Amino acid sequence: MSTSASDYRSDLDRREVVKTLLDRRGDALVITGLGSSTYDVAAAGDQPRNFYLWGAMGGAAALALGVALAQPDVPVIAVTGDGEMLMGMGTFSTIAVQQPKNLSIIVLDNSLYGETGSQHSHTVRTDLAATAKACGIDDVRTARSIVDVELLASQVCSIGGGPRVAVIKIGTDTPSRVVPLREGAHAKSRFREALGFPVD
Amino acid sequence: MSFLDAPNNGTECRDRNGENLRMTKSQIDVAASGEPAQHWADDILHVFQEFGVSQVPYVPDGGHARLISAVHENSAMRGIPLTTEEEGVALVGGAWLGGQRAVLLMQSSGVGNCINMLSLVKTCKLPMLMLVTMRGEWGEFNPWQVPMGSATAASLELMGVQVKRADSAAEVRDVVQSAATMAFGGGSAMAVLLSQRLIGAKVFTK
Repeated sequence: MSTSASDYRSDLDRREVVKTLLDRRGDALVITGLGSSTYDVAAAGDQPRNFYLWGAMGGAAALALGVALAQPDVPVIAVTGDGEMLMGMGTFSTIAVQQPKNLSIIVLDNSLYGETGSQHSHTVRTDLAATAKACGIDDVRTARSIVDVELLASQVCSIGGGPRVAVIKIGTDTPSRVVPLREGAHAKSRFREALGFPVD
Repeated sequence: MSFLDAPNNGTECRDRNGENLRMTKSQIDVAASGEPAQHWADDILHVFQEFGVSQVPYVPDGGHARLISAVHENSAMRGIPLTTEEEGVALVGGAWLGGQRAVLLMQSSGVGNCINMLSLVKTCKLPMLMLVTMRGEWGEFNPWQVPMGSATAASLELMGVQVKRADSAAEVRDVVQSAATMAFGGGSAMAVLLSQRLIGAKVFTK
């Protein structure tokens, strides 16, 4: 697996990647960063254990950390894009200090800001996996093949071995949007109910 | 005392050389000695215990130092240092989604970093309790604190957060308890501003 940031182009299909990642998710809780990651996770199958962000850019990993610390016996997976992760890079350090074993941060990296006209992101130069490692997260990788993703899938759905950060280099194709729940209060309530908590 | 010194933070804390960074209890006792017997920060900790608060994210501030230290000493709570305050807004939302209660600590300057993240709290109607130590409003030596200090309450209100103030040590417990009730009982987004007059202005010597 090459970890060169300058080698940022890929052919991996983002929908296939996310479907493979979540195929055997079991009771895992999934948080999505705004934009394409939200559509990818929705396309893989909507359910109450998905919490989709449609804003709060930069907050996906931190929100996932809060969930992971509250639910240490359940796998928690954040699926986000390179632009969103760049805005919350400091969260790698915050996660590293807490060491939640059940948390995985998945960055779908096509080096583009997809929602705003596909401007190039900083990952044409910045290696997010190396950044996470330098921030103190031990299990980091850059995935470039579907085989890499299949291995990752078996790990993210367990509660041990984390925290981990996986940067998956994906292609620039933009499949048609699959639009999940935007009603955030309902998303919150159904998530809590799925965990057996009262809405109030 | 920093998070590295916590006797029971629920995490092993070693530096990169594998050295265990925990302080001994006697070191903690020495560090804590010379403090007043009951302090408003201790009152806040009691409110946290009363409400079963589990996660306490913060960017360190001098005004919150005693409370932060007490949180790290408390085995029922996890003190979580943040690299920037808006992480904490998302984190407390995540804690609630996962079934736990969190309280966010920061200085008034940090409120400025939180503005867009508060849209998460408003959109999803997330309960929130934020305790803000004030700068730039009473005997402030540092002019760089005044712009955000004087805009703190208005900024929070613009983002739909209910703002309360505690101006004296005697009222801290009641104000924080009332805000916690509205947050965790009622589901509101609450901020308690702990006045600079209460905390004491920093003395800078030239």
